Amino acid sequence: MYRWLLCFRYLKTRYIALASIISVTLGVATLIVVNSVMSGFSTEMHERLHGLASDVMIECHATGGMPDPDAHLREIERICGSALVGSSVSVSVPSMLGIDFRGQQIGRHVNLIGLDPATYDSVSDFGKYLLHPENQKSASFELRESGYAPDRKELAAAGWRHRRDRVSEERRIEQMVAQERKMMAELHRKASGQTEPTEQDEAAANAAKGPSFGPSFSQPLISGSDDRLVAAVDPMTEQFPGIILGISTCSVRHRDEAGQVKDHYYAQPGDDVRMIFPNAAGETKVINQKFTVVDLYESGMSEYDSTFAFVRLDQLQEFRGMIDPETGVRSVTTIQLKLAEGTDLNVIRDALRDRFPPELYAYNIQTWRDLQGPLLSAVRLETTILNILLFLIIAVAGFGILATFFMIVVEKTRDIGTLKALGASGRGVSSIFMTYGLLLGFVGSGAGLIGGLLFVHYINDIAELLEMFTGQEVFDPTVYYFTEIPTIVHPFTLVWVMCGAVGIAVMASVLPAMRAARMHPVQALRFE
Amino acid sequence: MPTPIVLTARGLKKSYHKDRIDVPVLRGVDLEVRQGLVTALVGRSGSGKSTLMHLLATLDRPDEGEVFFRGNRIDNAPRAVRDRYRNHEIGIIFQFYHLLPELSAIENVLAPAMIGQSVWSYFKSRSENHRRAEAMLDRVGLLHRAKHRPSEMSGGEMQRVAIARALMTDPKLLLADEPTGNLDTETGQEILRLLADLKERDNLTILMITHDDEIAASADVCWRMQDGLIHSEMGVEETPAFATHAA
Repeated sequence: MYRWLLCFRYLKTRYIALASIISVTLGVATLIVVNSVMSGFSTEMHERLHGLASDVMIECHATGGMPDPDAHLREIERICGSALVGSSVSVSVPSMLGIDFRGQQIGRHVNLIGLDPATYDSVSDFGKYLLHPENQKSASFELRESGYAPDRKELAAAGWRHRRDRVSEERRIEQMVAQERKMMAELHRKASGQTEPTEQDEAAANAAKGPSFGPSFSQPLISGSDDRLVAAVDPMTEQFPGIILGISTCSVRHRDEAGQVKDHYYAQPGDDVRMIFPNAAGETKVINQKFTVVDLYESGMSEYDSTFAFVRLDQLQEFRGMIDPETGVRSVTTIQLKLAEGTDLNVIRDALRDRFPPELYAYNIQTWRDLQGPLLSAVRLETTILNILLFLIIAVAGFGILATFFMIVVEKTRDIGTLKALGASGRGVSSIFMTYGLLLGFVGSGAGLIGGLLFVHYINDIAELLEMFTGQEVFDPTVYYFTEIPTIVHPFTLVWVMCGAVGIAVMASVLPAMRAARMHPVQALRFE
Repeated sequence: MPTPIVLTARGLKKSYHKDRIDVPVLRGVDLEVRQGLVTALVGRSGSGKSTLMHLLATLDRPDEGEVFFRGNRIDNAPRAVRDRYRNHEIGIIFQFYHLLPELSAIENVLAPAMIGQSVWSYFKSRSENHRRAEAMLDRVGLLHRAKHRPSEMSGGEMQRVAIARALMTDPKLLLADEPTGNLDTETGQEILRLLADLKERDNLTILMITHDDEIAASADVCWRMQDGLIHSEMGVEETPAFATHAA
């Protein structure tokens, strides 16, 4: 009983001890904040990565892909059994994206994916990362009138409106140029006294067009299938096959003078782009195809946003010649599987690898974790190391408590003697200091817990405040693509952080408590 | 008619080691304390009287000799028994009061009860303990200072709180180590009157250590100590001489 009373009294009167546990408080608060932010980040990342990649992915490395995906799927269904919830086939091909931007050709290397919007959305998140609200509900490869990304003013006109404006503007300029050319030719004819236009006139008229900034679409480098289509398409009312571009393939993000984040789009919904990719035949040829951008894809993962472009599966199969002319069976390069919640993905992956051994099939079978292995393990390592380092801080605080407690024991020597003279046992005396350590640990880590949780709760406001004071952006959305700092507080983390901190405080009080217990009562009573 | 013996010491020897040389403090002390009497132990500083008191209170162990409390040997008893003896059978008051500075007067008085009882039994008899503590404070005339800290009290008041604390567990014997040594004469007299009153009205047995012959003279029994030995016994009328007992 007396130990509790004394502990509480010591707690209330010995402020030096409270000072010694401030480092425990700080350590606990930091641990909670770091763990919450790290787990917020990694959960967000897991979700995105897992959302973007299906549970298990079977990629065929052959250019022609795997023939007869239905037979494959039947086989997979047999192996997975009831664990298989959904599947989708797609064609993935490396390709070159060409965007005509003010007379210049912008080239990007992208991964062109032909997909079936309906099944693709069932195995991985796709629709929800599109800009148009309607497309988010059900993805479509048809250009929409307007309403892309209501919150972005740069894309306010995107859609058919933009397309019509652009085409009419182009046509106006074309007309002007033609008129100019005609006028120049007229002048030239008058000057030379000729009546019929000649080759030279043409050349002169061309020269009047002004300097050229490199090749443009009017001078295709590679002849391809689009020439037929170009003739047939009226850009005012019709579109080329739809394509959805990763947002970073056709835009740059930067800050203006005021520090505001600004996006510049080389192409937006309504514009036409050119894709150059190999066909699937044994004798590889290059396909050059025009597409109309119908939406943009923004997942927040820069790796995905800057390398992906999506088109319709059946169109891509057609363009690449992936349809058997005799049987009409279509080939695919990738099969994605969605498995029931809680399925051990590695077991399924290994079973599939057994069925399609790499010696016979040029398949790469991976789970989404395998795909993102290095990133995930890097985050895990980072979290572990941070935890170790921060616990070292608390351990250092433990030594502070040890020193303070030794001082308190010396200061309290006479009281210890008194207690022993009143019949307190050595164990009783030592338990005073152990309990004191326990209480200090609780107070310190409790304060840290509250502080840490408050910090986590208001972390975005705090970041804003810091930005205001330092003028430095704490959380740069151009880097992270998250608008807010994500945090998740795991109760389990709180419990073990608290237990660890309290444990360290108690352990630090063991030695001083033992010293107090071993004190000789007579010497203690005589202590001046 | 002699009263029964409460505490007996036989052949107590104790020496301290200093630079490998044994410095004898007690060289074979025999002593007895009879119930209901104030026994004084008088001697100059360095005569070993405090050491003797520590041995009698089992705060220290003798090199040789025995201590009996009501016929039971306690100097070599297990630690728990000695803790219980100090907590329950005897009360000790010190020259420097030794109150716990963090606790109020009443909490200091309650301390022996808290130490002697487990948390559970203390809470069970909480009101009873409080009543007793208040009664003890009242007995020493300090009930109105119950909530005060030792730092807010005078020396005499502190000593009276210490006496109340010593009486808390209803001891059979009160050991007083220079109870007036740190007080002015007048306050010292007050404390002595209080002790005498306790003896008279509550029939308390007191062993008082002092260097003051005058105080010693007022006791029922007085032992004189010099150079680690008890030399003489004075003012004993109704008790048989120590020599008789030794024989």
